[in-house]
Amino acid sequence: MAGQDSFRSYLGVPVKRPRVAFLELSSCEGCQLQILNNEACLPDFLSLVEVVNFREAMTERSEDYDIAFVEGSITRSDEVERLKKIRGTAKLLVAFGSCACFGGVNQLKNRFSPDRVKRAVYGDAPVETDIVRPIEDAVKVDLKIFGCPVKKEEVEKIVINLAIGKAVVHPKYPVCMECKANANICLFDLGEPCLGPITRAGCDSWCPNNRAGCWGCRGPADAANVKQLKTIMLERGFSEEIIMDRLDCFGGFSAFTNAMGKEAGTNK
Amino acid sequence: MKLDCNINIHHLTRVEGHGNINIRIKDGRLQQAEWEVVETPRFFEAMLAGKRWDNAPWICARICGICSIGHTLASIRAVENAFGIVPAQQTQKLRLFLKHMETLQSHILHLYFLAAPDFLNTGSVFPLMESHPDVVLRAGRLKQLANDVCDGIGGRRLHPTRTVVGGFTMLPEKKELSEFRDRLSEAVKDLALTAELFRTFKIPDFTRETEFVSLKGEGGYPFIGGDLISTDGVLKREHEYRQMTNEYIVVQSTSKWSRLSRSSFAVGALARVNNNFKFLHPAAKKISLGFGLQPVNHNPFMNNIAQLVECVHVVNESLVLIDELLDSARMEPRQPVIPKEGIGVGAVEVPRGILYHCYEFDEAGKIVKCDCVIPTSQNHANIQHDLSALAEKCASDGMQDKDIELLAAMLVRSYDPCISCSVH
Repeated sequence: MAGQDSFRSYLGVPVKRPRVAFLELSSCEGCQLQILNNEACLPDFLSLVEVVNFREAMTERSEDYDIAFVEGSITRSDEVERLKKIRGTAKLLVAFGSCACFGGVNQLKNRFSPDRVKRAVYGDAPVETDIVRPIEDAVKVDLKIFGCPVKKEEVEKIVINLAIGKAVVHPKYPVCMECKANANICLFDLGEPCLGPITRAGCDSWCPNNRAGCWGCRGPADAANVKQLKTIMLERGFSEEIIMDRLDCFGGFSAFTNAMGKEAGTNK
Repeated sequence: MKLDCNINIHHLTRVEGHGNINIRIKDGRLQQAEWEVVETPRFFEAMLAGKRWDNAPWICARICGICSIGHTLASIRAVENAFGIVPAQQTQKLRLFLKHMETLQSHILHLYFLAAPDFLNTGSVFPLMESHPDVVLRAGRLKQLANDVCDGIGGRRLHPTRTVVGGFTMLPEKKELSEFRDRLSEAVKDLALTAELFRTFKIPDFTRETEFVSLKGEGGYPFIGGDLISTDGVLKREHEYRQMTNEYIVVQSTSKWSRLSRSSFAVGALARVNNNFKFLHPAAKKISLGFGLQPVNHNPFMNNIAQLVECVHVVNESLVLIDELLDSARMEPRQPVIPKEGIGVGAVEVPRGILYHCYEFDEAGKIVKCDCVIPTSQNHANIQHDLSALAEKCASDGMQDKDIELLAAMLVRSYDPCISCSVH
């Protein structure tokens, strides 16, 4: 904030507070609200970075920033233009949350043509909408923060690393590992569908901790064996539809579901 | 006397979503005052078509990053009404407690982070950390308490995990409930200090006669389900909600607009207080009367005070709910769900007003048709009419540009609009 020392040190090394912007395309703005939802550490967080653009929380805005956290997916041509402008300004562009990374729930409308969804909601009124795309379809993305919503603890860790210049490394292993470490009852044993075995960890098995099966919002873990999980889930009595609902939900598994669709001979 | 004025606020700040305010005054006369909604639509109603019933609450929570719990509960209620499921007492109480804490969280966010900076002459809550640290810490405490309860009951403060059709995936421990009770008792003091703070603010003096729509209380201040009522005397059943909302498409907004007996109506905390004042907790009633808020109040800026009144109400009622939950035997968290063909409507009072979800299912429990009517979309027309009347008044009073701009922004913020939600 203005008036505060804009330099901090870490292990005796001076650390410059990066100028940070929170920006959004088509989204629920929930991921950026997670920042304000972090009441206990908010003052510390704000002493680490200088927030210069955050429309939902502040009136002042600056177009001069180092890091841009972009929430939401692309659904309209003006958003591409906005995104290119942001890319031109930001030294580091972060895809913030599943909508930005994969299209999120927004991409569920891609099952139908833009014309059909427009007619269903607005009739013949002129409304512009395109096929939903993740932001890396339009600009280069430097870093992805997964999750619907993003996990604030993970965001903080990442922001600290960015501020002190450390590399950000995502877990390669799946949510299932975190869930086991948390000593949860396996959701399969409770009769619940779960994508924990193939979804990238980092959320500390947020949903399974609450006895809700994973919906794959963080996308695939490294070397995820989607086909094998599908076989196992079918054996356990989950229908094809239930499995596909979860794989489709946030767009992170679209490469797999498209391939499965082709194999099955359907035109997805 | 100022005769000409041109105000264009692009992407109004400290509101959720994207809206613009345009005001033009020429020779002391109002030429144009427009509330423009430019948010991109996401088409939730279309994307749910063909999906199984259990997708609806999970996907619909994502309509809104502030009131995801309200959307989840409205969605669940619509599914349960379609399938003929009546939730158990325990489920009803836990859902209401969860709802109350979302109301508290959202109202505190609005009162302190979005509205208060205008009254304290800053652009955001951030500079207040140095000038008014006690205020910011108190806001943080209240918000964190509400959010912690939402984690404890719903599994997660944003996009909840435990809330499902038929009940909950798991229940909070009794020990957790007792801890929440202790913290909520403490919160009563923080709310009294909040009221003191707001008493130092000058609420703009502006009224325009308005029709107010909300759930109708039956023995209690209503939040989840029931009949629908308006201050102009309209009374409808929950499943007749379309006769209450009458949505239509306008050029200046990607969100639809609504009307009822007049050209517009309002929903939200002020509408609820106006329609159900007698059901407020006595402590809330006292605060309300202390601010001169009693039915029917037609000053939209008083929605801020109505939110404060509701904070007091939900905290006091939650204390009662916790005692009831602690005193009763623990039941199974979840009832079985048997899908069937039919239509279900769920009406829930979320922080910004009454929210409706409606689904039509085929015999396999797949969604044939989906309709969601959002509180802010019901308010947009009323915001427009208020803005015109306010700008007219400002013009005839010869106010300065920056004063008009601030007042117009404060008017829209008073509605606490959730714009991306309204466009969905």
